[in-house]
Amino acid sequence: MQNIIEVKNLTKSFKTGDSELVVLNNMSLQIEEGDFFSITGRSGSGKSTLLYQLGLLDHPNSGEIVIDGVNVSALDKEGRTKFRLKELGYVFQDYALLPELSAVENIVIPLLMQGLEREEAYKKAEDALHKIGMSERLNNLPNQLSGGEQQRVSIARAIAHEPKIIFADEPTANLDSETADTVIKTFLELNSGGQTIIMVTHEPEYARLTKRAIKIGDGKILNDGKPENVIQ
Amino acid sequence: MEKQKRKFDDFLISVKLGFFLAFRQIRRSNKATTALIIFVMALTFLNLVVVRGVLVGLIQSTINVYKERFTGDIFISTPLKKDYIENSPNIIDIVKNMPWVETYSPRYTKGGKIEGTYKERIDYTEKSNEANATITGIDPEREDATTGLSSKIIEGQYLTKDDTESVVIGAYLLKKYFPVESAAFSTLDNVGVGSKIRLTINGNIKEFTIKGIVKTKVDEIDMRVFMLDSVMRTLAGRGDYNVNEIPIKLKLGTDPVMVKNALVLSGVGETARVQTFEEGLPKFVTDMKNTFALLGNIVGSIGLVVASITIFIVIYINAITHRKFIGILKGIGISSQVIEIAYVFQSLFYAFFGIGFGLAILYGFLVPFIDKHPIQFPFSDGILLAEYSATFLRVLLLTLATLVAGFVPARIVVKKNTLDSILGR
Repeated sequence: MQNIIEVKNLTKSFKTGDSELVVLNNMSLQIEEGDFFSITGRSGSGKSTLLYQLGLLDHPNSGEIVIDGVNVSALDKEGRTKFRLKELGYVFQDYALLPELSAVENIVIPLLMQGLEREEAYKKAEDALHKIGMSERLNNLPNQLSGGEQQRVSIARAIAHEPKIIFADEPTANLDSETADTVIKTFLELNSGGQTIIMVTHEPEYARLTKRAIKIGDGKILNDGKPENVIQ
Repeated sequence: MEKQKRKFDDFLISVKLGFFLAFRQIRRSNKATTALIIFVMALTFLNLVVVRGVLVGLIQSTINVYKERFTGDIFISTPLKKDYIENSPNIIDIVKNMPWVETYSPRYTKGGKIEGTYKERIDYTEKSNEANATITGIDPEREDATTGLSSKIIEGQYLTKDDTESVVIGAYLLKKYFPVESAAFSTLDNVGVGSKIRLTINGNIKEFTIKGIVKTKVDEIDMRVFMLDSVMRTLAGRGDYNVNEIPIKLKLGTDPVMVKNALVLSGVGETARVQTFEEGLPKFVTDMKNTFALLGNIVGSIGLVVASITIFIVIYINAITHRKFIGILKGIGISSQVIEIAYVFQSLFYAFFGIGFGLAILYGFLVPFIDKHPIQFPFSDGILLAEYSATFLRVLLLTLATLVAGFVPARIVVKKNTLDSILGR
């Protein structure tokens, strides 16, 4: 498999008062296409920070990120927004659905932004909801859905435009174990279809289900490899 | 070219999607909050139109009443340093034959003295009950047709052609209606309809009965005594039929300036002063008109700023409370332009319905109500002046202000870091 992500010497630090906190320190890694990749580590270790850099939601201080052959570090703000729209999908810890939009409308937004005709966009959105077993809750508003259902809608939004990579930031953190299992099962099904997924999790049992895991701490990759070897 | 087309296509998508987001956000927002914002917008709009409308309407009604009751559309009067309009019969003939003239009313005027309660006077060391006034001789029917004087009789009755022994007196000459007493100005006490008064004009004294009291809120009328023109001619020694004033009422839609020019061209200007009603207005009225218009514009401008700030705050609060969702939208690749357009649409929605509601209140209730129940001012019956053109201008200004006031806060919030917005930090 070829690499879909190549990270070289990635550094990200934050100013905290007079001092500077280095969260990612000269980090390099590659992720293959079709991988189900988990990022683990203690709280505050920089898991989410790494995910945000890879997902172009944040800008590193230095280093280079190449996604599917495109040096995304060199893109301007507009270019990064367009890249996110077309090539990447996101699943957030708190679902991040727009409260005024129904399930299907939440999914249709990025599709319309891509210039799809209304009918086609709605069809794709409905297909995505069908794929994750939510086709009967199309017109429900987020507040009419359970946490698990909202997260599945969020997944449907992430996959509807067939992105190259899905980034999931602790997608099971707010869910009960049964619902969390369903979400992970959905990810596994998507991955079995060839979808690249990069997931941050602090739950070892879910990290173990992925194909590859890294554990980060002190701004560096402490362990990298098969999840059963990385997670203790 | 290709790049420009792509940019235009992107813009179209942004507009469509912005509308999509705005529509849903409004549709699913709290109905009471939306109604409140629209109500505030309506009040802001009314503040913009009504305050100015009342200020300008106050003066406009003064002008209107001055024109209606005193000068007509054209006012022919005695030149300065003359006692009357020379060659008046010829001038009246010219006026009569003009096709644009609907009606006119020649008036004889002369300063005179009025005495009241003179029969009851016992102590001659006391000051007599008297006032100075402009005595005016009129043809009651002509005057009424020109200025509608009979409709302004507040007590008693208007004159008829046979009332050779009666007068109509202006309310401001009576203490009852104008309780002001000064060294320079006095009014008649204990005099009303049916009272006998003694008039002294040109040294001639004659007793009259007060038949009616007139109040128009125009000093030039309310400080006069009206009698029949035939009686006045005798008292004032005007056997030559030379008059002092001729208010002319023109047919509807006639341009007074054009008629004035025609009168001047026909030689009327040689022996008389010819003015349009606007030229005939007292200077204080034109000064007040300009001052009130300026005040109206200042108040209107403040209203516009207040409206802009109101909508700015509303949209800013809305955008701030939606900051996380704005971050999410940006995060999933929705352009800033879409989000800004969505907020502009929202502010336009509030403006559209707020202004619409305001217009309904204005033209459906306030204007007709104040028309029927004018605001009582000492010098006129105040109306609410809301001309369509001025209102349309304010609608346009408020819409533009709303557009900017909706865009700016949206831009401020959209400009914030995407990740910070998503994480709420």
